Amino acid sequence: MRNLFKIAVRNLIRYKRRTLLTASLITIGVVFVLVFVSITGSFKAMIIGQVTDSMLGHLQIHRKGYVAAIDNLPLNLNMKTNAYAKIATVLSATPAVEAFSPRLKFGGMFSNFVETTNIRLNGVYPDQEFPTVPLLASRIAEGKKTLGRGEIMIPTLLAKGLKVKLGDTVVIVATNVDGSVNGKQFIVSGILESATGPGGRDGYIHIEDAAEVLRMPEAEVSEVAVRLKDFSRLSAAVKQLEGKVAGEVNKEGRPMLEVHSWEQLSPFFNIARMIDVMTFFIKIMLIAIVLISIMNVMIMAVYERIREIGTIAAIGTLPGKIRSMFIIEGFCLGVVGAIIGDLIGIAVVIIINLIGIRFDFGQQQGLLLKATLQPLDVLTVSIIVIVVAVAASLQPAVKASKMEPIEALRHV
Amino acid sequence: MVLIKAQKITKDYQTEDVVVHALQDVDFEIEPASFVSFVGPSGSGKTTILNLIGCLDKPSAGNLRIADTDVIGLERKESAAFRGKHLGFIFQDFNLIPVLTVYENIEYPLIMVQNIAPQERKERISRLLAAVDMTDQGQKYPHQISGGQKQRVAIARALVTNPALVLADEPTANLDSQTAYAVIGLMKKMRDDFGTTFIFSTHDTKIVGEAEVIFRLEDGRLTAKETKEGTKP
Repeated sequence: MRNLFKIAVRNLIRYKRRTLLTASLITIGVVFVLVFVSITGSFKAMIIGQVTDSMLGHLQIHRKGYVAAIDNLPLNLNMKTNAYAKIATVLSATPAVEAFSPRLKFGGMFSNFVETTNIRLNGVYPDQEFPTVPLLASRIAEGKKTLGRGEIMIPTLLAKGLKVKLGDTVVIVATNVDGSVNGKQFIVSGILESATGPGGRDGYIHIEDAAEVLRMPEAEVSEVAVRLKDFSRLSAAVKQLEGKVAGEVNKEGRPMLEVHSWEQLSPFFNIARMIDVMTFFIKIMLIAIVLISIMNVMIMAVYERIREIGTIAAIGTLPGKIRSMFIIEGFCLGVVGAIIGDLIGIAVVIIINLIGIRFDFGQQQGLLLKATLQPLDVLTVSIIVIVVAVAASLQPAVKASKMEPIEALRHV
Repeated sequence: MVLIKAQKITKDYQTEDVVVHALQDVDFEIEPASFVSFVGPSGSGKTTILNLIGCLDKPSAGNLRIADTDVIGLERKESAAFRGKHLGFIFQDFNLIPVLTVYENIEYPLIMVQNIAPQERKERISRLLAAVDMTDQGQKYPHQISGGQKQRVAIARALVTNPALVLADEPTANLDSQTAYAVIGLMKKMRDDFGTTFIFSTHDTKIVGEAEVIFRLEDGRLTAKETKEGTKP
């Protein structure tokens, strides 16, 4: 085997320019794919982080039918206190769950006594909400990073539009489940930067204040946001919780609760899927580049060395060894292209991070892209290149091994 | 004892319109350690007969046994294995592998064909490099040596596997007459030293005289067999 490698490497060196061009083409392809995978992967992870850690949580539990009607924020599809208590018991006993937060969501009118506008509000327990969506605190542009009774955090666009400042008194008016209207005064304790996605322009009040506005004797729960210890185990956690809450049935014996991952709740999931599709096609392009360039080189190599093939076949080299000789040449080209491409790709990612690329995403501006390259991505791309290089060498190699020595020796 | 026995060998080539009879009813026997030449004008069938003996081609009809093996019945892989074990080849254009040094070219069949242990490889190559007077040229590449030297390397490569038979198709065609005589002399010396049968084809009348057994071919037929009695070892 060592000798087959020796002959293969020397033959590659023998045609320096051609080898260099082919290896360069593979290298450029690998660099392009690695940088693309790094940037898009980092962008995706960053935006998913923004969506889940500042608003949605990793998954949510609702009463059946609530998500289908979520645009109306229906109060008649809230969970009663005893139903939530059972969910809280389940979540507390689930090791995969890091934190969870019950929310009472409703729509209402927001007034500064001069102007009035509509607002979507989340009634939350601050000591549960902040650990569940840890980036919420970082969205508080002005004010304290907590929420007390009688206080409200409002989105910045609303504050600017109605010229409301920290410490101002405002009124929230809402219709309760019976259709009667109620109002309550709040002090503005925080102004929130807007975020793209569901809930990105919502205001926050204490859940007991929300229950008071809606004239609920006990705070009902519209949704329970859940944060997992390991985000990569999201699907397993959803299945596990679905199993655990499946026992909660209504009078007709139908399930009362639904578990939704962030993917089912945020439109960004479609963008994330598009990124995955684009990455897939970029990898297909890399495969095409490697396949065509190596196949071209190996066909040329076989054609140029027909007499040599005839000679080694005549002196008794078995067809399998002739085949291996050319496959190893393709393999070596793939390995060289992959290694150089990996090194340059990693260097480019480091340079991108040193430069510091900033971008805007919806309402969020000046996000710093932290390009990261997972070892698994580097390994996957390298393996793809090497496997495709070997596959591209197969046809020319088989052709070489099947040559009749007498015809090959006659070749001019 | 007979090394090669050919009976009624016929070889036809089908072209687009006609059938070309390259060999017709050729019979001959060759003994071990012979120094044999097939001679004749171009198109007489010299190369065809060497290709058949070299198991590179198969006759259209007839029987051919080499070293007690019916070589006509061998499959492709078996043919390759038979060539690797029993035969050595010397080509008109030397056909050394350009990316390997002189030493590595001679070593090639020992590694890639016969899988000989490193120590024995080294001994055999050193002995043959000395025999063909190329000891100090071992690390050179084929493009760094002359035509005569290349053919000496080719002789060493053909002999390194200790074959029973070495086939040389026009081995001196690309050499000047002085070098050609030197190469034929070297082949004869190798036959004397190693007891290997050498069969070569040539149309050079001066070189033919060096052979001990001469088969004359004309239009695909064996027309004469000449021997030099008493010259065989």
